[in-house]
Amino acid sequence: MQDMHLSRTSSAADARPGGASRRDFLKVSAAAGGGLLLSFELPSIANAATGAHATLNAYVRIAPDNTVTITAKNPEIGQGVMTMLPMLIAEELDVDWKQVRIEQALADHRVYGRQVAGGSMATPLEWDPMRQAGAVARAMLVNAAARRWKVKAEDCVTAHGEVTHTASGRKLTYGALAAAAAKLPVPDLGSVKLKDPKDYTIIGHSVPGYESPKLVKGEPLFGIDMVVPGMLYGVFTKCPVFGGSVVRANLDVIRKLPGVRHAFVVEGGSDLAGLMPGVAIVADSWWQAAKAQRQLEVKWDEGATREQSSEGFARQAAALGAKAPAHSLRHDGDAAAALKGAAHVVEASYHYPFLAHAPLEPMNCTAHARGGKVEIWAPTQNPEPGRALVARTLGIDERNVTIHFRRSGGGFGRRLMNDYMVEAAWLSEIARAPVKLVWNRTDDIQHDFYRPAGWHFLKGGLDASGKLIAWQQHFVSFGRNGQIAPSAGMESTIFPAGRVANLSMGYSLIPFGVPTGPLRAPGSNALAFVFQSFLDELAHAAGKDPLAFQIDLLGKDEVLPGRGPGFNTARARGVLEKVREVSGWGGRRLPSRAGAGVAFYYSHLGYFAEVVEVAVAADGQVKVNKVWAVGDIGSQVINPTAADNMVHGAILDGLAEALNQKITIENGHVVESNFDTFSPLLLKQAPPIEVHFIKSNHSPTGLGEPPLPPAIPALCNAIFAATGKRIRTLPIDPAMLKA
Amino acid sequence: MRYTLHVNGRRHNVDVDSDTPLLWVLRDTINLKGTKFGCGIGLCGACTVHLDGAPARACLTAISDVGNKAVTTIEGIGATPIGARLQKAWLDIDVVQCGYCQPGQIMSAAALLANGKTPSDGEIDAVMNGNICRCGTYNRIRIAIKQAAQSDFGTAPNKRKGA
Ligand code: FES
Ligand code: FES
Repeated sequence: MQDMHLSRTSSAADARPGGASRRDFLKVSAAAGGGLLLSFELPSIANAATGAHATLNAYVRIAPDNTVTITAKNPEIGQGVMTMLPMLIAEELDVDWKQVRIEQALADHRVYGRQVAGGSMATPLEWDPMRQAGAVARAMLVNAAARRWKVKAEDCVTAHGEVTHTASGRKLTYGALAAAAAKLPVPDLGSVKLKDPKDYTIIGHSVPGYESPKLVKGEPLFGIDMVVPGMLYGVFTKCPVFGGSVVRANLDVIRKLPGVRHAFVVEGGSDLAGLMPGVAIVADSWWQAAKAQRQLEVKWDEGATREQSSEGFARQAAALGAKAPAHSLRHDGDAAAALKGAAHVVEASYHYPFLAHAPLEPMNCTAHARGGKVEIWAPTQNPEPGRALVARTLGIDERNVTIHFRRSGGGFGRRLMNDYMVEAAWLSEIARAPVKLVWNRTDDIQHDFYRPAGWHFLKGGLDASGKLIAWQQHFVSFGRNGQIAPSAGMESTIFPAGRVANLSMGYSLIPFGVPTGPLRAPGSNALAFVFQSFLDELAHAAGKDPLAFQIDLLGKDEVLPGRGPGFNTARARGVLEKVREVSGWGGRRLPSRAGAGVAFYYSHLGYFAEVVEVAVAADGQVKVNKVWAVGDIGSQVINPTAADNMVHGAILDGLAEALNQKITIENGHVVESNFDTFSPLLLKQAPPIEVHFIKSNHSPTGLGEPPLPPAIPALCNAIFAATGKRIRTLPIDPAMLKA
Repeated sequence: MRYTLHVNGRRHNVDVDSDTPLLWVLRDTINLKGTKFGCGIGLCGACTVHLDGAPARACLTAISDVGNKAVTTIEGIGATPIGARLQKAWLDIDVVQCGYCQPGQIMSAAALLANGKTPSDGEIDAVMNGNICRCGTYNRIRIAIKQAAQSDFGTAPNKRKGA
């Protein structure tokens, strides 16, 4: 592909929202080996969440044997994007999926634009550009056929990777036309016609994961499977207290251990997301490095945060919660006065803990630093900040950092950070050899960027008819220097905001030194629990069916301010009504200590309503019997099999957070250390799940995150229905649910 | 120390410390990367292999304890009828998300199906509960195991969820 010439849009400013409105750059050249190679320069659609624009490229290569190679631009972490984005191109190119080969792109934002696995953004950002990319290529192949046959392009049709002249029945494969097509002028992106969705043969049809045949045979696709000739193996030990530094270590002892090649102190910096202080051990095998790590004795200067603890944070939160919020978020009407005049006032405080990500593949990275350049093989969700971090830390130019994507054994937001990447690069630099750094599970759980804990102090007021007339909320969260910590904020537009006449929301911040960051459905994974549980409390206080109460509160169909295009009350009502129907809500007699709960949430541009049915044993153990989920992610579910799988995964993830998970800070460090104390959901805990989609008249949006948030409050609301006990603290404590 | 291992029907001579877990010998000495590291202490099942047909956690099995036992890994299980059926069922049902746990899942499932019977839901839960899937593919794992266990599997048309 060395003969490719890339042109770039001259600036972000001339990439207009809407995609196809301007003349786009598209270069075509003969591919090595004689075929068609297209490199597309397409303006991206508007990034609805931020208003930012990004340029995009995709590559299609057609070989004479009619195989079509499509480059997958984004990192694959199990969300299926390596299969899904090429489906969009293949659909409009009008080829059979079995002709398609997929290649993973290199990390290079100058060529590919945004290459991030995060925010459920691949679908909304790439839906138009990827289809246009396929359509432009198809148009060029049709033009090539029309020229050869001396007929009009309009009289030709395509299907299965072939062009047919309708009148004469003549046919040519794309492979036969590719070389000629490559010499033709490129049609204007705006002029190519996209398919009518009713003619789709790939989009909306289940396509199995592209790499799955290799994965079930154990082929080495993951970051941790990387091998570079001459590679050594590294472990890196950081201070258990975040930000602590090394005073001294028994390096002389470590250096004498079998297989150990290097043992050295890394001075590091103070950026919790960068290269932190620690001790590196580099050995001939990972086991030798890990064994040596066990004999490592380090005297740490634990630094400023050695006293912090979950208990201390809770005390501070309680003290802050008793006062007025330090910062205001939103004021509608007069919540205080309305509460005074309310017929019923419900008061509650909610709390959720820190959480780790714990993807099954521990953090790892392979790096080879030499001659002022670094080559990196990384399971990362977000390569560009990693590139910048590595360049900054090693004092080299970003252009000298090459990043190859490796498949990630789960991400969940953890690999949006690139601390392991800079560590691997540093170890390689010092060891003067390629190094594969692999963290053990304890490193992984105790050095994460945690989902921040939070506390919410709530009051809700109902009038005599049971109508919600007042909402007061004080959110106690974390910050540093007056800034809200990463992923510790709250938007002021979360439902029922906008539907309660008197509403006030504010927040206060506890200063802290715990690294935090996005965990799947950041913000929403915690806030849905608070908002949707408290609404359930209010429904019960009002003597109303919780599902009907929410539908009533949604009110008339309109778009309220909120993420992206805003919060569409009709779509929220739609998923609630559908989940009422498919779950048989309220229509089943359940045995004692069994119950059903409902919740919905709008996050990452998607709407999900879920019903959970539980049975709570006499000893307080919670068994989830079934989950019904209804999603509205727009007009198309691009890959139904992957979508169904993803919804299952997100819901089970939510149940794990509610039932199993908590990260505890004591004496400045994390107490939990492995899956015995921090457990993902186990198979025995996994209930059957029924997934439904509403196809609505909106552009398709992503699915990795939105099914997760409602699972937690739906479960807690079901527990209330079953036992009369309200879960206001996560994780759920079976002791409080005993009969 | 020198050891002779029999892995997937092939002999390997290795020279490693006697306490080296089989997991790391497989991954880093023999370069069979299919057996995965998840927890290192027997909690996740990602490292599941078979020793003389019985499932074992390779992270807890020291090389010195392997002896003459035949080691089967995910790279070799496809050569057995049950392994091949499971791999096919895994693909038909489109089980995989990230895929990291799946070698261990398939190895545990292969041991479960070794007696030739279709396991009950309870048996599946009991045997497979030690294999964590962080991505939450459990329901498809259950379906795929049952499909692979059916005697007419491989001839019947396949149905994929969501298709
Ligand atoms: S790595 Fe062996 S059980 Fe987890
Ligand atoms: S598929 Fe990712 S851990 Fe199971």
